[in-house]
Amino acid sequence: MSEHKITNILVAGIGGQGVMTAAEILAQTALAQGYDVKKTEVAGMAQRGGVVTSHVRFGDKVLSPAIPPGEVDILVGFEPAESLRWCSHLRPDGVAMVSTTRQEPPVVSLGLFDYPEDPVGQMRAADIHMHAFDAGAIAAGLGNFRLVNTVMLGAISEYLPFAPEILKNVILERFRKHKPKLVEINEAAFEAGRAAQATA
Amino acid sequence: MAAYPGTPATEILEYASRLPEMYSEWSVNEKVSLEVCIGASLAGSRALCAMKHVGLNVASDALLTQTLIGVGGGLVIAVADDVGLSSSQNEQDSRFWGRFAHVPVLEPSDAQEAYNLTRFAFDLSEQFNTPVILRMTTRICHVKGVVTTSERRPHNSGVGFQKDPARLVMIPTNAKHRIPLMYQREERLQQYSEESELNFIKEGSDSRIGFVTSGPVYMHIQEAYPEAPILKLGMSYPVPLEKIRAFAAEVGQLVVAEEVEPILELEIKAAGVRVLGKEILPRIGELAPQVLRPAIGPLIGEAPADKPTPTQSRANVPEVKVPPPPPGSSLFPRPPTMCVACPHLGIYYCLSKIRNKSISGDIGCYTLGAGHPWNALDTTICMGASMGVALGLDKGRTDVDKEQKIIAVIGDSTFMHMGMQGLLDITYNRGNVTILLLDNRAVGMTGGQDNPGSGRDIHGEVSPRVNFAKLCEALGVKPERIHEVNPYELPTMFKALREEVKIEDTSVIITNQPCVLVDFYAAKPPLRVEDEKCTGCKNCLDVGCPAIYVTRRETVVKPNGKEKELAFVRIESSACTGCNLCPSTCGPDAIVPVENFVRR
Repeated sequence: MSEHKITNILVAGIGGQGVMTAAEILAQTALAQGYDVKKTEVAGMAQRGGVVTSHVRFGDKVLSPAIPPGEVDILVGFEPAESLRWCSHLRPDGVAMVSTTRQEPPVVSLGLFDYPEDPVGQMRAADIHMHAFDAGAIAAGLGNFRLVNTVMLGAISEYLPFAPEILKNVILERFRKHKPKLVEINEAAFEAGRAAQATA
Repeated sequence: MAAYPGTPATEILEYASRLPEMYSEWSVNEKVSLEVCIGASLAGSRALCAMKHVGLNVASDALLTQTLIGVGGGLVIAVADDVGLSSSQNEQDSRFWGRFAHVPVLEPSDAQEAYNLTRFAFDLSEQFNTPVILRMTTRICHVKGVVTTSERRPHNSGVGFQKDPARLVMIPTNAKHRIPLMYQREERLQQYSEESELNFIKEGSDSRIGFVTSGPVYMHIQEAYPEAPILKLGMSYPVPLEKIRAFAAEVGQLVVAEEVEPILELEIKAAGVRVLGKEILPRIGELAPQVLRPAIGPLIGEAPADKPTPTQSRANVPEVKVPPPPPGSSLFPRPPTMCVACPHLGIYYCLSKIRNKSISGDIGCYTLGAGHPWNALDTTICMGASMGVALGLDKGRTDVDKEQKIIAVIGDSTFMHMGMQGLLDITYNRGNVTILLLDNRAVGMTGGQDNPGSGRDIHGEVSPRVNFAKLCEALGVKPERIHEVNPYELPTMFKALREEVKIEDTSVIITNQPCVLVDFYAAKPPLRVEDEKCTGCKNCLDVGCPAIYVTRRETVVKPNGKEKELAFVRIESSACTGCNLCPSTCGPDAIVPVENFVRR
């Protein structure tokens, strides 16, 4: 990634999954590292179960806050079909970090549309460099589904232009301030995400 | 500072309200918020009201006369256009208001400029005795960036409210003397705009194309064409036409890139300057780099990407290799949905089961009732329109619609914003309309802000809570035609609705359960489906709750030979909050509470 001056991270998922929080944490971490940072959302009715994407860009000087299609370095996909929806925005040498926990919208339950059989397979067939694992199951295994966010951040931490520990500390610091009881479990989630990425 | 919540401008007041030394309020609508700010300005304080684009339509009545009287303390109107319609009923260009009201328009291009120009706007307002429009777009409001702040300066005019009827009482004899002053002010602002450093040239080494632009497009152009010279207008009205004329002479081809209407373009062309604009650029949506490139490329000899033309794809011409569609391009849509356990779910479940109805809707989460599975909204126009439209559907009906039941659906906040007057019109004119007033005690769609129905102010402090039943009665609805129901109790809800649509009078059914996103919403233990009892009837899916998932489908042949689709379901317990709506749609009682549940 070093040949690009700007690091472009696209976080994609569904309203309520923690997409915006993950993007916020990434932006905050990059800011603390001295980068110029811009972050923007397309999430009009974000809390309503619709598609949510958040763009995080950092580097020497960031101009447009939205990442042009085809220039995403890291796609953080909180859901497999949403990852498939956005994977064409990756650079040829970009990477997708995909949680395979499926979340079908009501239009699928109602039988109006089909959910793809194998979204991860479709991405592999399109030669997308990818790590896919069930972040929902990892979070649930640690005892709290909301940890998906931290699991995903842990997973992408190896791909950032700064050390994974720097991102981890920003996350843990947030919890230390607001919910100290959750520091330990978030550290475990971060490390579990890192480990999952390494083997997926 | 005052505002009515509206995407993408809501956050302005949410942040401002954290400053205890500054007065801030949620107003009931944008017109009131501007009027409050006019009063505060005349009292000698600086004032800012924030709104989304359509909010300024509502506030425009105040603006178009306020511009005649001028200001006391600086007066700024921050208005955010939803370019690309992420969460709005239309796409508007608020820069028109600058022309209409003869007031200056400032346009930031990123977060830092939003900060700088807001500060500057107050000074400009006081210097020229004018309200100032700070025009933003979604790409300014929903962006976070690095901002360097400067020292805060407390503002105090020290003079207080200056009574001056000839200036402040806009009766015809007074107003006609103010109009020439407004035009003189505009001329001085025109001169100012020509000289202002807010309108500057960013030099570039490749002057084949020169851009005139304002707002976030400035960033998009630099991203797409880093070497192009740009005349960037921080003060986009009055338009510095001489500066533009001089710039045009320095570049090969002048292009004006503006979101979204060709406003600068028309004025530049009227001044006799040769410029390209909406002939090559789209008239809707954002002018992001990927939108600029295919429009600008051909001007500088860059061919647009190969696209098969219709003739090429015919069988009798040599085969052209069409690239495969990118992965994910044929995926199901994921539109916004109502939340799990939303109190509106039961209401729309009932509405979808009523026959021969016409339903006028309004602006809020309940607009989603137009979607699947309910399909129970027939119109949505603007804030409060459900009322007048319903009365019009009643009074304007012809024989074909004689039996049609006219229903209006409106939320608590929208009702107080602009719906109450419509209800008064319905009762005054004896309309045969059944009104569903969905009181969920919050401005739901924008994130659950407080309003007079929640009984809390912007800081969460207790304030008088409006009594909707009494309010409707005061507006002329007969007490026996007003019902307050719990929307989770489907039989009660159904009964009230079925009875009231039959009665030829104005009725109001008020639902009384809070939005699931408010802090005082109390989740109950979740529900689950007993697999062995589920018959696959799909009735529960008609509720439309996103926590209900289909596990398998089956097609069975009924004794009469017809095929029937079955769908067996499960409930996601991590999402379900036990609102108990779906069990009342389940014949075989297959939906039961999860035992010994611990919510984390």
